[in-house]
Amino acid sequence: MNLSVRLKHDLPDLKLDLSFDAPAGVTVLFGRSGSGKTTIVNAVAGLVKPMAGRVAVDEWELFDTAQGLWLPPHKRRLGYIFQEGRLFPHLTVRQNLFYGKWFAPKGARSEDPGKVIDMLGIGHLLNRRPSGLSGGEKQRVAIGRALLASPRLILADEPLAALDDARKAEILPYFERLRDEVSVPILYVTHSAAEVARLATSVVALQDGRVLRHGPASDVLADPSVAPAGVRAVGAVLQVRVLKHHSDGLTELDAGGASLFLPQIPHKIAEELRIRIPAQEVILSSKRPEGLSALNVLEGTVDTVRAGEGPGAIVSVRTPAGSILARVTRRSVEALGLEPGKPCFAVIKTVALAPQDVGGYRRGG
Amino acid sequence: MEWLGPAELEALKLSLRVSFWATLVTLPLGIFVAYALARWRFPGRQVLNGLVHLPLILPPVVTGYLLLLTFGIQGPLGKLLAEFGIVVAFRWTGAALAAGIMAFPLMVRAIRLSIEAVDPKLEQAGATLGASRLFVFATVTLPMILPGVIAGAILAFAKAMGEFGATITFVSNIPGQTQTLPSAVYAFLQVPGGEAAATRLVVISIVVAMGALLLSEFIGRRVAARVAGT
Repeated sequence: MNLSVRLKHDLPDLKLDLSFDAPAGVTVLFGRSGSGKTTIVNAVAGLVKPMAGRVAVDEWELFDTAQGLWLPPHKRRLGYIFQEGRLFPHLTVRQNLFYGKWFAPKGARSEDPGKVIDMLGIGHLLNRRPSGLSGGEKQRVAIGRALLASPRLILADEPLAALDDARKAEILPYFERLRDEVSVPILYVTHSAAEVARLATSVVALQDGRVLRHGPASDVLADPSVAPAGVRAVGAVLQVRVLKHHSDGLTELDAGGASLFLPQIPHKIAEELRIRIPAQEVILSSKRPEGLSALNVLEGTVDTVRAGEGPGAIVSVRTPAGSILARVTRRSVEALGLEPGKPCFAVIKTVALAPQDVGGYRRGG
Repeated sequence: MEWLGPAELEALKLSLRVSFWATLVTLPLGIFVAYALARWRFPGRQVLNGLVHLPLILPPVVTGYLLLLTFGIQGPLGKLLAEFGIVVAFRWTGAALAAGIMAFPLMVRAIRLSIEAVDPKLEQAGATLGASRLFVFATVTLPMILPGVIAGAILAFAKAMGEFGATITFVSNIPGQTQTLPSAVYAFLQVPGGEAAATRLVVISIVVAMGALLLSEFIGRRVAARVAGT
């Protein structure tokens, strides 16, 4: 299934004018607050009526202003996961979960409730009311409620933003499972590069109501001109496999034949993962570095050098592990003679591979 | 109830019947008007708001006279209703109409406040899950405003029990037909030696009013606790 979105809408401080396609899997709308992300999702949901545009899931049109077509929200077959959960406080968890099931058309492809409840680990909460749940539990129930409505499209508007880091780490795996096990398109709004790196099948980077870049997460995050959350969001996304857990507390990863070390992670041997390496955690050297405390050194050649505004530049280095991005100063670019084709070494501090940037990986991206 | 004379007992029964029907019939309309005022933006919203509140600020005798002009035997609506065999002038149904109209603003205010306290985002969530507006109202909004609805209904009932000015102007003071509790008190006070009967009715009025108030507090709190999910 494919979601196609074309929108024009004027807000007091923002002009939206964009179009993009979202295939099955997670399409992340990525951008600063005020870039129009939530308005897009609400227009797709029918909660905001845009001035012009068309949204369709495959051939099924949700609205098309040219034809004067506008389906009300309740006819759009959505699963909308809100930032604040929005569980019904007067209903039990079970009643919340099955609320949307009453309206799903008979014979609609539907998720097995038992499976969903198991996947989300909320079986023991069914008779409780939302006021007695933790933030993470509420959000898991909200995910289940959206799934059990048999949606043809899942929308998630910063579903983790209201949670602390521990709760985020608790919920993210469920979205990964959603991505890998549910066949409908998922439109996911965030301004967190870590969530993009873990979840995105493709990324739509937004700025001032327009699409800045649209492509796989590894491409978009590597583009310093995108950097919606500032230059700190720039980073490389690598696909790796767990090789070995060492007795000194480190885990060895295989990245295209090269080894990377990071503090022990709970994933099993041979499990495929995505890791994100922020550009500012990478140092470049023109010679093989010696006497360094950093464990991870990858040999490669310079691919591109992009000077941004100010003193910094982003250098992309092609290594056996994939493209690594490094944020260095323009002065260093000159001093090391970094230009496309030049051999060099990328030094990655072990700690840079933060657990929150490590995610399960199954599908292309 | 042997200590009550037949006329007094009749007045009490009539008042209960008038107030019950006045509340029951106006409740759905009250919920609808409160919802419209709280949630919808439409031309004439302020006019509707003013009309609803008019009985609260007009002298009751004026409201009663307007009812007489409109629903009286010669009134436009009175004539129309008479075509269908419904006469309200000088009947207990007229007393119920007057009581309902006088109590309406109180009912609408209580319900409107509780609707405004419901986060529209929850109603949106219901819509995204496939529920039509009516269904969202029935399964999300209504259960959450139930305390307000009950409070509004009981307040309206108590107000209807005490309504006097509009009632006596519109449907007069006919024992057994339109002589409600307050009208009976008034009537007893007009005749020598009626003070004892009047006093008994006053005591009953106080008991009914206090009982209604306590009941509304009690039910309101029970329902609020259930709705809040604690």
